Amino acid sequence: MPALELTDVRKLYQSGDAEIVALESTTLSVASDEILALVGPSGSGKTTLLSIAGGLLGATEGKVVVGGEDITGHSRRELTDFRRRRVGFVFQAVNLVPFLNARENLLIVAEFAKLDKKGSKTRAEQLLGELGLGDRMSNLPSQLSGGERQRVAIGRALMNQPELVLIDEPTSALDTKLGEQVMQLIVREVKDRGTAAVIVTHDLRMTQFADRTVKITDGRITS
Amino acid sequence: MNLGLKELRRRPGRFGAAAAALVLISVLTLFLGGLLDGLYLGSTGALRAQPGELMTFSDNSKLSVIRSRITPEQRSGIAKVDGVTAVGGVGFALVAATVPERSEPASVAVIGYELAPKGLPAPPVAGEAFADQSLESKGVRVGQVLAVGPRKLPIKVVGFVPDTNFLQQGALWTAPDTWREVLASARPDQTLPPGTFQAITVQTATPNDPVALATVAASIDRSVAGVRTVTTEDAVLALPGIKEQNSTFTAIIGVTLLVAGIVVALFFALLTLERTGMFAVFKAVGASSVQVFAGVIVQAVVVALSAFVVSVVLVFLAAAGIGDALPLTLVPQRLVSTAVALIVTAALGAAISLRRVVRIDPAAAIG
Repeated sequence: MPALELTDVRKLYQSGDAEIVALESTTLSVASDEILALVGPSGSGKTTLLSIAGGLLGATEGKVVVGGEDITGHSRRELTDFRRRRVGFVFQAVNLVPFLNARENLLIVAEFAKLDKKGSKTRAEQLLGELGLGDRMSNLPSQLSGGERQRVAIGRALMNQPELVLIDEPTSALDTKLGEQVMQLIVREVKDRGTAAVIVTHDLRMTQFADRTVKITDGRITS
Repeated sequence: MNLGLKELRRRPGRFGAAAAALVLISVLTLFLGGLLDGLYLGSTGALRAQPGELMTFSDNSKLSVIRSRITPEQRSGIAKVDGVTAVGGVGFALVAATVPERSEPASVAVIGYELAPKGLPAPPVAGEAFADQSLESKGVRVGQVLAVGPRKLPIKVVGFVPDTNFLQQGALWTAPDTWREVLASARPDQTLPPGTFQAITVQTATPNDPVALATVAASIDRSVAGVRTVTTEDAVLALPGIKEQNSTFTAIIGVTLLVAGIVVALFFALLTLERTGMFAVFKAVGASSVQVFAGVIVQAVVVALSAFVVSVVLVFLAAAGIGDALPLTLVPQRLVSTAVALIVTAALGAAISLRRVVRIDPAAAIG
């Protein structure tokens, strides 16, 4: 079963009287253990596609299926529940909660999903250990380096054992060497778990870490 | 919910302004409530202590104990009414009393009584009195002889009783004849013959049944000419200025709490606006609007509760510093009701942010 299936997805935004087409006739499938790199210029629709796949935005037309769950007609409440269970996000701006330490930043996912506290704590610590942050668990984001913060964000995305991890520009704030290290880490963590990932990037050097690369231009997948 | 508490603990400065404003509002609310209670308790203790559920006045007195006169015949008539189990005469005289070794005279209310009020024994012998505890602060001690009224009648203090003041004057509870003597010396024109009182406290067979009490009161007024009978609670409220004082202070306290609600609403609206990005991330990773909103409410409640605790300490310190200069009384019921009102108001104020929280788009987290 594919981790993600988009069929003829269209997304329109209303801007005054004008309609802006963000995605047009987008059909895409990502296998259950596949890492897909999504590349394209700014404004091409990469982030919109990522948002629709993660249930953050609804498609105007078309069908969206994640891990076998058709989320096309989901209500806001159903989408919230869907995000808790099936997807993980790594945001471009990292977006860690500043007053929570590394461990707690992972545990908020479990708190929102009302998961078992003890089991969640064990999992969070295990994930942070795997990500090389075993001795930084009690540090606040302000006490971590950029690379460490990115790793915490990756841990948070994996906390709910998602079927699909959606990663937005993971290396944009990192230098090349650190960016490559982070990409290697993402690949290792995702592959070890047999999870699928869609990585949005404008840095073509990072596509070498993906199983497949898809280009998107003006809201259409071109290759 | 845990997140809300963690943010409060780790970023207290963010909530400092709201907490400081609430401390000030809570201090004001407690202070006003303390003054109201002090004024109310200090004015009404003597009537609240009456042992009867009903009080009978002369019908032309407008329920004023000073103006009212109940003759021995009326008193006997009241005692014979069905449902009445005991009656006792009460009389009041507001005078000054010279306290030994004190240059300033103390204002006292000499109260003659027959039926023992709550907390008091049977009337003392003539020339003796039980004094309200508030008179201790005026230098009154057990065993002292006070010179009471214009004719300096000697009255010996034989004990103290709590919470029995009358119209902000320390009570001296005496035998009826002692009171009559004081009244005659202070107001010769109001000299009363033996057996005549200003009011009658009436005990009934049905003290806890309001309907039966009303029936007995109506029977008294029908059976005895020239009297008006009300519940003791109504007699308390009929004291000069009590109703007006209660309604004025209650209105001021209400407005103060309204201001508290507005302050909390504004602060939390601003805080919510500041945290829109963070809340969007919460929603993106699976938080429902209810979970986010619950965190906001918990924060408002904890801030209000903390502000209340600080304000209680400040008001108690202020009360200790003020001493007897103001009739400030802090009673547990006032503390509880203020805490509840402040917390509910803060929660309602924070609830104004609900719409904003619900409208936060999780897609904003991804840019």
